[in-house]
This record gives sequence, structure tokens and C-alpha cells, in this order.
Amino acid sequence: MIAGLELPTSGEIYLDGEEISQRPPSQRDIACVFQMFALNPHMNVRKNILYPLVSLGMRRADIKAKVAEVSNILGINDILDRPTGGLSGGDRQRVALARAIVRDPKAFMMDEPLGALDAEFREHMSEELRALHDRMKATTVYVTHDQLEAMQMGDKIVVMNNAVVEQFGEPQEIYDKPATMFVADFIGSPSMNFLRFEGAVQKGDNSVTLSGIRLAVPKQLQDLQGDLVFGVRPEQISFTDDGAYRGLVLAVEYLGTTQIVTLETPNGDLKARVNSSQVINVGDRVGLNFNPATITLFHEQSGRAIVSELNSGVLANG
Amino acid sequence: MTIPEGAFVVLLGPTGAGKTTTLRLISGLEKLDQGEISIGGRVVNKETPAQRDVAMVFQQYSLYPHLSVRDNLAFPLRSPMLKTPEVEIERKIAEVASVLQISDKLDNKATQLSGGEMQRVSIGRALVRNPSIYLMDEPLSSLDAKLRTELRVELKRIQATLGATLLYVTHDQIEAMTMATHVGVLNHGRLVQYGSPREIYENPNSVYVASRLGLPRINILPAELFGLTGNGAAQIGMRPEQIRQGSGQPAEVIRVEHLGDQTRLHLKLQGHDITTLVDPHVTYDVGSNISIEPNDPLYFDDNGNRIF
Repeated sequence: MIAGLELPTSGEIYLDGEEISQRPPSQRDIACVFQMFALNPHMNVRKNILYPLVSLGMRRADIKAKVAEVSNILGINDILDRPTGGLSGGDRQRVALARAIVRDPKAFMMDEPLGALDAEFREHMSEELRALHDRMKATTVYVTHDQLEAMQMGDKIVVMNNAVVEQFGEPQEIYDKPATMFVADFIGSPSMNFLRFEGAVQKGDNSVTLSGIRLAVPKQLQDLQGDLVFGVRPEQISFTDDGAYRGLVLAVEYLGTTQIVTLETPNGDLKARVNSSQVINVGDRVGLNFNPATITLFHEQSGRAIVSELNSGVLANG
Repeated sequence: MTIPEGAFVVLLGPTGAGKTTTLRLISGLEKLDQGEISIGGRVVNKETPAQRDVAMVFQQYSLYPHLSVRDNLAFPLRSPMLKTPEVEIERKIAEVASVLQISDKLDNKATQLSGGEMQRVSIGRALVRNPSIYLMDEPLSSLDAKLRTELRVELKRIQATLGATLLYVTHDQIEAMTMATHVGVLNHGRLVQYGSPREIYENPNSVYVASRLGLPRINILPAELFGLTGNGAAQIGMRPEQIRQGSGQPAEVIRVEHLGDQTRLHLKLQGHDITTLVDPHVTYDVGSNISIEPNDPLYFDDNGNRIF
């Protein structure tokens, strides 16, 4: 809709202060990069890049200069005269990027541009894209289903589910203060742990009770009761010998610096991320500490986070 | 390379290292130029793939599109070489489908499945058999991150439960770390180190091997930057946990990447790029300087070989 490839049935879109929602794509100063590159197969690389400038009626000399500039930035000088046919995925995507950049548009729309690249190359290319963005300071809307890519690339992230924006904010903010269980589950690997319990929360409460054990939480600012969820991220869990809330170690995954420990608790399974230097074995029974300042409580039915001192600033924005 | 019975061996290396080729040589899809392959003590160089009793899972699901899930799973068991009775086939399919959580999809056409389900069927088609070894070529790499994490755990569990011998190819180091009992690092067709994930991570024998595991990648710098030349040390390797902040050389903060549970700090030290991990809730300003120094780094000579 932003690029004009679909028209909205209602609502408005503003680009640089101008309302553009009903304009055709050619009248919006937006360049697109797609997952499947969409290069013109019958043109060589150079022609693919200069074509949009020819359509804009730019002078020959100017076009030449622009193409040279852009191919320098993307490092594709040595393939300018090649047909697009035999190019690797990475090169094709660079050509697609060159074609978009050469127009110097007001904004870029990128739809999973790394999706068709092989997994290994994707990481390298995402760094390249981010560096490119930093250099050109180009406003970009970037679509991905890969949450790590989103966290690495985005200045801000819009988390969408079923055509609804569930949260819009900076990466660290939506990670620390998720507005819904969907966001909490989607961002972060392993995802946030959800311990389910039946209980009641009142304004001013700073603890909840799970399986008879009181666990500290940030001061709650809402009254709610029913099926609730205690949300805690893996790296916010630590082990202790004494400690009323206990878990049974089901699995241990070594990741180098850290290890992921899967535990069974009275309120469900959870994953903890701890230092690899800690000795943990399958079958161990351990006491669990949850960092109280980082806990988000959710209301199971609506999936929404309960407002607390931790997230009240974020949730106020919607 | 020796693959012990019941081991989960991961071949790790970048594109072109020879991982898939190794798999194809063992399966018999590719012919050896020299050397020997033996399975269960038996030299199989001259045997066809069918004779070698191996099962293979490819990166592209390769399901038979005209068959149902059930028939895809049954196919290998119905081969004239195995001649499995139908009753046994039914039992095997039910068992494998339950383990892979696709029991409710058995009557779907192979084309009526999501990507993750297709890959599970592909793995299931290998699991219905009881071969000497399962060969898997990047089976999870075309799946989205969430599904990959789930299937990783499932695959490891299945392998451990069945006591199956697995040779698994991937360029994804998280898979290598979490699933493997042994990791074989390949470089341009050569096996350069073979050991447990912990060994490879903590005790790499070269800069190349050190760079294969660890996210973010290990930082390799000239030893002289920190005055650590001596005993032939030309380069040092520092993982984030081997970098101490607060004293040492000044490095400029170039970029701060917030990944949620960790923050990656990109630094520049006398022209060299360094990436380290820091507490997510401490603020670092781009352009500011922080002091860093190595904390028990790895030492390499100028050929990239590990000295100490």
C-alpha cells in the first residue's frame, strides 16, 4: 500500500507531508526491492540500473554519473556488462538495490530482500544493507519474518499479527516491554517463557503467587483476575540451591559462552540461558530466581500485557 | 573421519567446503576418486546407494508430489529390496508420524502442507527405515527461525531416543553446537579438526576453525596491538568473553546493535574491527571511546595455526 502496488480501502498515507494513498506507484517517489529480485531478464546489469533514470527523462551524462556512483557503492563495477542470467543471488540482489538507489527516492520499500539468498550469505548481506542505509541515510520500510534480522537492522520495529499492529517501538523497548503475548513470543530466541496460573492482580501489587509461591513483579497498575501468565525471558532466570520455586532440568544445550537449560516447573516448561561455566546436569532439581524488574504479566484471554510500572510508558503509546 | 555408532556428527563449513560432497560420497550418489568408505566395517566403495543401506534427507524437501503423506512415508518400505509387510508399514508410519507430530496430516497430499510439515515428512521418510546411517543435508535451513528451533530440539530428541547414527551437514553453527556429539570442520575439502562442540569452540587448532563457531565471530587481531608478540605469536583471537573492558587500548564505538538479550558493540581499534557483547541496559554513544584488552586470548602464528 505504501508503494502504491495496492490501494487502501480507507485511511491515509503521508510521504514527506503529502497525502499519496490514491496515487499510482509512478507518482510516488518510492523505490522497491523485492525478495525475488525482479530484474529485467533481457537487459544486462547496467541497463537494469539505468532504466528507471531513462524513464524519468534524465540526461545521458547524468545517468552515466549516477550509475557509476551507485555501482561503486554496491561494489558491482565488474559485473556491469554481464547479463543478469548467470549472476549469484547476492549479486542479483545488489543489482536490485542499485536499481532502487539510483533514483534517489524519498523512501525505500524492501520486501524480505534477503529471503531468497542462501542462509549463510543472508547474514553477510544484512550487514551490507545496514551499512548501506547508514551511509545513505535513506528512509526505509523493511519487511521480514526473521526477528533477529528485524532486531539487527531496525531503528524501530512494527510487529504485526493478523493485519493489526501489535507494537511499534525501538528494538530494546519491545523486547523488554512487550505489549502482547504475541510480541513477547515472536521477538527473542528462545522466546519469553510463559508460566500460566490462575490468580488476581490489584493496583499496587508487587508480587503474584504461582503454585503457592510468591514471586516478585514490578508494581502493577491494573486490577485483573482469571487466567494470567507470568512472562520471564530466558536470560533473566538464575539458579540457586535454596529458593522456593523449583524446577527439574530436562535438557542442556551448550552454545559456547552460554547454555540453554530446559526445565519443568509446576506452571509449565521453561528455558533459561545461563553462563556455560555453570555445571548443570539433566535430572538436577534447582531453585529458580526470576529477575523481578523484568517480569511482564499477561491476561491470557486477550493476550495483552497487564500495565505495570515497567511498561506503562510504552503501553500508553499503543 | 570415524563416525561412532549412535553419534550425531555435524559437518561444518562454508559453501564450497565439501560438506554436501562428503555426504553424497558416503551415500553413493557421487564416485570416489581415491580412498575408502566403510560402513559397519564393510568397504562400500563399489556398492550402489541402494546397497549401502543409508537414508538421506535433502535440503529441498523432494517429496513425491502426487502421493499422500502416508504414501510418501511408505514408499521406501515398499521397495522390492525391503519387501516390508503392510502391517509393519502401517505400524512404522504411525510411530514416525507421532514422533514428528504429523499424524493428523497423513492423508493430505504432499503438496497440501506447510514448509515445516513438508520437511518433517521428508525426515520421516528417512526415519521409517532403519539404515546404518542417516545422512541429512541442511534439512532445516529453508525453514523460518522459530520452526528451526523447534525441529532442532525434536531431531536431537529423536536421534537420542532411537540411538541412531547421524551425519548432518550445516553451515549454521547453533545447530552444530546444540545437536552434535562430534563436529567435523571442513576447509576446501579437508577435515581440519574433529571433536566435540566444546572442544572445537574452546580449543580450535587454527584461526579458520576458531571462526566457525561463536556468535559474534571471534575477533582476530595482530598480536602486537596489545604487545603480545613472543613465542612466535603473530595473531590473537578474542571472543567477547575474552575481552576485558575498562583498561587497555582505546577503541571507538562505531555501532550499537540491540538484539534484546544482548547488545553487540562494533568497535574500531587502530583500523581493526572488533565486535563484542555488552549489557543491554548500559548506554554506549557512537563516537565515544572505551578501553579494551584481551583476557586469556587464543594465540596463533602467522600461518593461522594455533600455538597456545
